[in-house]
Amino acid sequence: MKGQKVRVRTTVNGQPAEFLCEPRQSLLECLREILGLTGAKEGCNDGNCGACAVILDKRLVNSCLVLGVEAEGREITTIEGLAQGSQLHPIQRAFLEQGAVQCGFCTPGLILATKALLDRLPDPSELEIRRWLANHLCRCTGYDKVVRAVRQAAAELAEVKA
Amino acid sequence: MPTVFIPPALQALTGGRASLEVEGGTVRELLDNLEQAWPGLRERLAEGDRLRPHVRVAVDGKVSMLGLLERVGPGSEVHFVAAVSGG
Amino acid sequence: MSQRLYTVIGTRPVRHDGADKVTGRAQFGADIRLPGMLYGHVLRSPHPHARIRRIDVAKAEAFPGVLAVVTAADLPEGPDRLLELVEGTLPLSYVRANVLARDKVLYKGHAVAAVAAVSPHVAEEAAALIEVDYEPLPAVLDVLEAMREDAPLLHPDLRMREFGEPTGKPSNVADHFRHLLGDPEQGFREAELIIEREFRTVMVHQGYLEPQNATALWNQDGRVYVWTSTQGAFSAREAIAWVLELPVSRLCVAPMEVGGAFGGKIRIYLEPVAALLSKKAGRPVKIVMPRRDVFEATGPTPGTCIRVRLGTRRDGRITAAQVWMAYETGAFPSGQCGFGALCILAPYDIPNVLIDGYDVVVNKPSTAPYRAPGATQAAFAAESVVDELAERLGMDPIEFRLMNAAREGTRRADGLKYPRIGCVEVLEAMRNHPHYRAALEGPHRGRGVAMGYWFNIGWYSSCTISVNPDGTVNLVEGSVDLSGTRTSIAMQAAEALGLRADQVHPRVADTDSIGPTAVTGGSRTTFATGWAAWEAAQDVIRQMKERAALLWEIGPDQVEFEGGVFRSGERSMRFEELAARLEETGGPVVGRGTVNPSSAGGSFAGAIADVEVDPETGKVNLLRFTSVQDAGTAIHPGAVEGQMQGGSAQGIGWALNEEYHLSPEGTMLNSSLLDYREPTALDLPPLETVIVETPEPDHPFGVRGVGEANIVPPPAAIANAIYRAIGVRLRRLPMKPSAVMEALWSKER
Repeated sequence: MKGQKVRVRTTVNGQPAEFLCEPRQSLLECLREILGLTGAKEGCNDGNCGACAVILDKRLVNSCLVLGVEAEGREITTIEGLAQGSQLHPIQRAFLEQGAVQCGFCTPGLILATKALLDRLPDPSELEIRRWLANHLCRCTGYDKVVRAVRQAAAELAEVKA
Repeated sequence: MPTVFIPPALQALTGGRASLEVEGGTVRELLDNLEQAWPGLRERLAEGDRLRPHVRVAVDGKVSMLGLLERVGPGSEVHFVAAVSGG
Repeated sequence: MSQRLYTVIGTRPVRHDGADKVTGRAQFGADIRLPGMLYGHVLRSPHPHARIRRIDVAKAEAFPGVLAVVTAADLPEGPDRLLELVEGTLPLSYVRANVLARDKVLYKGHAVAAVAAVSPHVAEEAAALIEVDYEPLPAVLDVLEAMREDAPLLHPDLRMREFGEPTGKPSNVADHFRHLLGDPEQGFREAELIIEREFRTVMVHQGYLEPQNATALWNQDGRVYVWTSTQGAFSAREAIAWVLELPVSRLCVAPMEVGGAFGGKIRIYLEPVAALLSKKAGRPVKIVMPRRDVFEATGPTPGTCIRVRLGTRRDGRITAAQVWMAYETGAFPSGQCGFGALCILAPYDIPNVLIDGYDVVVNKPSTAPYRAPGATQAAFAAESVVDELAERLGMDPIEFRLMNAAREGTRRADGLKYPRIGCVEVLEAMRNHPHYRAALEGPHRGRGVAMGYWFNIGWYSSCTISVNPDGTVNLVEGSVDLSGTRTSIAMQAAEALGLRADQVHPRVADTDSIGPTAVTGGSRTTFATGWAAWEAAQDVIRQMKERAALLWEIGPDQVEFEGGVFRSGERSMRFEELAARLEETGGPVVGRGTVNPSSAGGSFAGAIADVEVDPETGKVNLLRFTSVQDAGTAIHPGAVEGQMQGGSAQGIGWALNEEYHLSPEGTMLNSSLLDYREPTALDLPPLETVIVETPEPDHPFGVRGVGEANIVPPPAAIANAIYRAIGVRLRRLPMKPSAVMEALWSKER
């Protein structure tokens, strides 16, 4: 059973995607190795760093803790799906303008986490931001500029809606 | 005359002296002249015509990239230090 | 700040690789995919110390989907020699033995064999079938235990080196460093107050998020291509070449984007293994370390035992200092105690100093540099004693430091006189900061300060700049970009050429494509590679002056260049106008620059920390934190702030929670990111920063390297704050809740 592959039909970044995977392969592994979407990163492979975060049916998940076969029939958003054509998403721009990116390894996970946060809580307080992001380790920035980026993105997105 | 400071580990070779005034226009010349008075010192610091791998020389407070080739001024201070870097 | 003098320097452009980093397009080491690529898995020792009697790989080799298996037997065994590693020298045999253990395993996690297969899962399954017959040996896991006469020896031939010369009988002490200034005995006799304390710290890890990785292709033409997340493509090339006994020209190392390093990705681990697997399999092989292996088998930083004795007069003047320090260097020597010895008293002008430092091997992973290696442990000790002295003398802690501060001309412990430095400026900025003056009220709250220092190692860098017809330039450099240096280097080229930052297109190249460039580390990159870019820009300017001269039919020495404009008398031409005419005036203009500067003055950093201690749980909450650092000239202030905040966060984690928690048998019990507790966004307050600028005299723009010194002060600053909060001085790291509670209970008793 281990070697036998399963066909998975899913939607990734708004487009239908289909692949064959072994049941033991995580969604993270399928995204990276099979679909070539290497934006999600493996930092720990046991759900403790957030670098592999993707949005699965509107819910932020650690893709290392989801099996590839669980993606069947569901909708996945990865970092590759955020920019619109040649335009960066306001969250992406905010991270750059605030200098919240150093090595960039945690950045895709942090940006998707920010999107998930602002989708449900458009005007978060600093404490709410820090608590939400506590699942996403960053070793380079000390989080200060990341929090500023989230605030900038929140302000800009609120303006767009208004 | 340049002053050469002797690392504590090597002061036994210079009769306990922590610094010595010695003539020379380059670090190599200084070492050669030091060896005359204090045999055994040179081989602790240099191998052939290069400083030993773990040794650097600082002239007037600057760790040099040229080792034995580094020029020395008439009033220079010369220190031999362990190689240091960072992370 | 610097914006008064400069146009580009001092601004905050978006980094050149920004779009790639926020879209997931940037290629980190594990992201590479090559046709026919195989996946490798490394088998590691379960024992902290054991002889390898026999390795049988037959079952792994026969496993379906496996194309190659390697052990140390596949490594060449040339004559031993001293490898000049970035942080010191090490016998090549030690470096090789750390890559794949030959006769002995020296720590739990030590690599023993590796498998290449069609999937990482198959490789892992097959590796489990390798049979290794171990003879376990007694392990030594504590630095003081390892120094005892009767301690089990890791290396039968290791003798303590005194300035490079082996002395005495074999032991676990690899190196002894000694610094001696003045007459310490006399200095202590003059002291009216003497305090002596002992401090212990434990092993911690750099904690980068991206695990080590390496992909190698041993091509059929004999060249070996390596793609790896490394801090130095050239240093990696050299180390791999030495381990594999190949001329360096047979190797091409392409540095991938690096997901954090902080000193831990200078050493090579997987690269030679991937290369050997590729040689056997005839296909590229990628190996990525699982998180557990990152903790157990890369290069954490030493745990230490440090004794500090300081003597002062009643007026606060320090008269003498004596330090005894022992650093556990892991399974192989690494010289880090030497750095600690140089930094421990760096902020002070003390005429009489004796420092004895020892590097000691123990059955733990072989330690590697971690952001200002050895200095943080040292400062934890010295800055706590300084704080205690200031308190006993009734002096403000910053005033006490100012009274004894190192300045230009002060002699360091190794005898060198400091050039121009910013120690006093940093202290004054701390004293004048609103944080230092703010009231701090409430029970169990306290404020502490501390200072730290790190060098700038100088060293070599190379750049080329080629001019595009549209007036922009391509800048090729060899410094791996860990956190944005391609932009700070591009900004220096832009400033020199009178261009905007976005008119310079920087690229980090592989070892075939650019001149040798030393490692990204040692706080050298913005300093030295920026300098090389400036040199390359001067070469471009010189060549373009000749072109302008040609067009204006005058001599090149009659052409001036300033503010991006070439001028002679009434005639002028902007850079981009002249760039459009290069083809007609002789062809392309390509400038080059190489530098190899001596070490520079280094950077001082200070920290102010406010804490609140919960007396029922021992939890220490950081209420407010300010980092102050001398950047010389801040090329990109946002990037400098980022360094200060990142280093501070690491120092805070080191202070409060991070540790290698070992079982009595020598197994790390917390080798996951759940239990190895790095700071999260919820653990940290906003991190305030103050950039002080005392320009480095030799550098064209006055840059000092800032990457490292900021990690040094936080543990001591927090320890000093905890003392003022609860009246107990903690002298062991980490100052975790259980340690605080024990200290509180013992105080009650």
